[in-house]
Amino acid sequence: MTRYLLTLATALVLGTASLAWAADPIKIGAILSATGPASFLGEPERNTLHMLQDQINAQGGLLGRPLEVIIYDDETEVNKAVSAANRLLSRDRVVAAIGATTSGNTLAIMPRFSSAQIPLVSMAAAERIVKPINPWVFKTPQSDRHAVIKILEHAKLEEFSNIAILTVSDGFGQAGREVLQELLPAYGMSLVADEIYGPRDTDMTPQLTKIRGLNPDAIIVWGTNPGPAVIARNRVQLGMQTPMYMSHGVASKRFIELAGEAAEGLILPAGRLAVADQLPEDHPQKALLLEYIQAYEARFNAEVSTFGGYAYDALMLIAEAITQAGEATPQAIRDNLEKINGFIGTGGIFEMSPGDHNGLDERAFVMVRITDGDWELLVE
Amino acid sequence: MDLGTFLQFLAAGLTVGSTYGLAALGFTIIFNTTGIINFAQGEFVMLGGLLAVVFMHWLAPGLPAAVVLAVLATTLVGLVMERLTIRPVQHTSVINLIIVTIGVSITIRGLMMLLWGKDTYVLPAFSGTTPIPLLGATIAPQSLWILGITLLVLAAMRYFFSRTIFGRAMLACSFEPKAARLMGISVERMVMASFMLSAFVGAVGGVILTPLTMTSYDVGVLLGLKGFAACILGGLGNPFGAAAGGLLLGVLEAFGAGLISSAYKDAIAFVVILAILLWRPSGLFGAPDTERV
Repeated sequence: MTRYLLTLATALVLGTASLAWAADPIKIGAILSATGPASFLGEPERNTLHMLQDQINAQGGLLGRPLEVIIYDDETEVNKAVSAANRLLSRDRVVAAIGATTSGNTLAIMPRFSSAQIPLVSMAAAERIVKPINPWVFKTPQSDRHAVIKILEHAKLEEFSNIAILTVSDGFGQAGREVLQELLPAYGMSLVADEIYGPRDTDMTPQLTKIRGLNPDAIIVWGTNPGPAVIARNRVQLGMQTPMYMSHGVASKRFIELAGEAAEGLILPAGRLAVADQLPEDHPQKALLLEYIQAYEARFNAEVSTFGGYAYDALMLIAEAITQAGEATPQAIRDNLEKINGFIGTGGIFEMSPGDHNGLDERAFVMVRITDGDWELLVE
Repeated sequence: MDLGTFLQFLAAGLTVGSTYGLAALGFTIIFNTTGIINFAQGEFVMLGGLLAVVFMHWLAPGLPAAVVLAVLATTLVGLVMERLTIRPVQHTSVINLIIVTIGVSITIRGLMMLLWGKDTYVLPAFSGTTPIPLLGATIAPQSLWILGITLLVLAAMRYFFSRTIFGRAMLACSFEPKAARLMGISVERMVMASFMLSAFVGAVGGVILTPLTMTSYDVGVLLGLKGFAACILGGLGNPFGAAAGGLLLGVLEAFGAGLISSAYKDAIAFVVILAILLWRPSGLFGAPDTERV
């Protein structure tokens, strides 16, 4: 008798619990590098996805169904990313996925999603992810090409013609180096020095000394923390006055903290997130950016970063596609992702099309200068 | 190449080489008393720098106090490591003990990541950042601190090992532990002292380097590797050869990056090491007839 009552009670409890969500959850997978070398990218991404899932569900979910984001950490390793992709596809049966954090991992998992016909929205930078177009693969960060164009346009206004580049020897640096080598001649500039440093190198004065001897008009540094901060410090240490551009890879407050006074006067392209409060009041992204920054910083007690914004855009684009389609099937999500037009995200205003699965151009970046330890928006 | 450029490369090489040298010195201290290659050596360097950052942040005691606290705390970690992980299994083979040190290094790295996060941190320079001009080159004041403190530590070690009873007792343990024990030397205590000493030396390297090169939970991997290479280059059993090997490795890297190509910087250094080892298998300063493990 007791057992019978217990079963009845359990059934009642479960019954009322499931009443709150009458429908099955919409399952969206995510593969990101919350630990390992790319964790500085993956951690804000994971935080953002947790936050958005709660926000969306608090507002009643999507199409009246709760949203369930299933997050796997690939530890910045390719094989772990691939096995996470397999798990999302075969066991979790997600309708769409976000990831991976790094370009290498995204390129490794892409074929699995396209052959399973599940849309994938990457948070990685490499242009190769969406060029050539894979019908099932999209990405949210601006491409390196857009950052290079932005820098070179600025350099052209300053009438710089001899340029030295110093790039990191990882995937991010190699991709940037290739685009720089390609676009510098197109802007009528010549590449006078093409130096490389290792991601864990602690002293780049030899490279800078060599560059100083070649007397360029400007130096373009391509890397993510901490290398560029070391380079900024080495530049001051060598007493160099040559103007220095950084890539969007260091567009976080952390870089200014690390480089200290040596950061003064450096110029770089950045997403509008970094300078949200300096944007003109009528800028379409301003309200969204301020809201995201406030919500993120209140919940995680940590500084917001552009990288969390990539995850924000990825999940919101999928949510938008589901809302527009009125159904949450992989095919409908894919078709509607391609139709997204004028969607305001943290990285820019997305204009997707069958021929453009990134939907952003160089206008997604603004040029900023580091002045008095803070970003200063340069007027375009 | 003009004199200024030459000096610039040399200064860069000696600065980075100093820390390779201090890591290498730590390797030899433990190797000499136990025959173990301590793969947690790079973690001692990391702990020195990162703990100084932690103390600055939590206790705000000012830079000198934070630096001293960090070095003392790391020395304590060396002691704890020996007591908890090496001593309980001391009678096993050397290779097992080496594997234990790899485990310890992964554990320390993981703990620091969990406790303090994955970000990169920096310490303020000991005496400002205004570069000092020297014959066409410029040198950061911190570089002088690094060079000076490295030489000081080396001189102190030299004195300790050749002039003090305690230091000579440690050397005795390395040559013949049984005979040393018969002479009344506590081998256990010497092993413990060698772990503390090498943690101390590593931590000193960490705190003097951090203002210039920054630190994070995983910098120990590369510094340990370079320190080990410096050791092999200088001769594994010889502390001063190892330190000299570190300086040489740093200088090779700097000139390789500056003169040939920065893309092959690490490769150039390692090719030279291989060449030297083919020519002198016991390292540049190792005695050719010593038995090697």
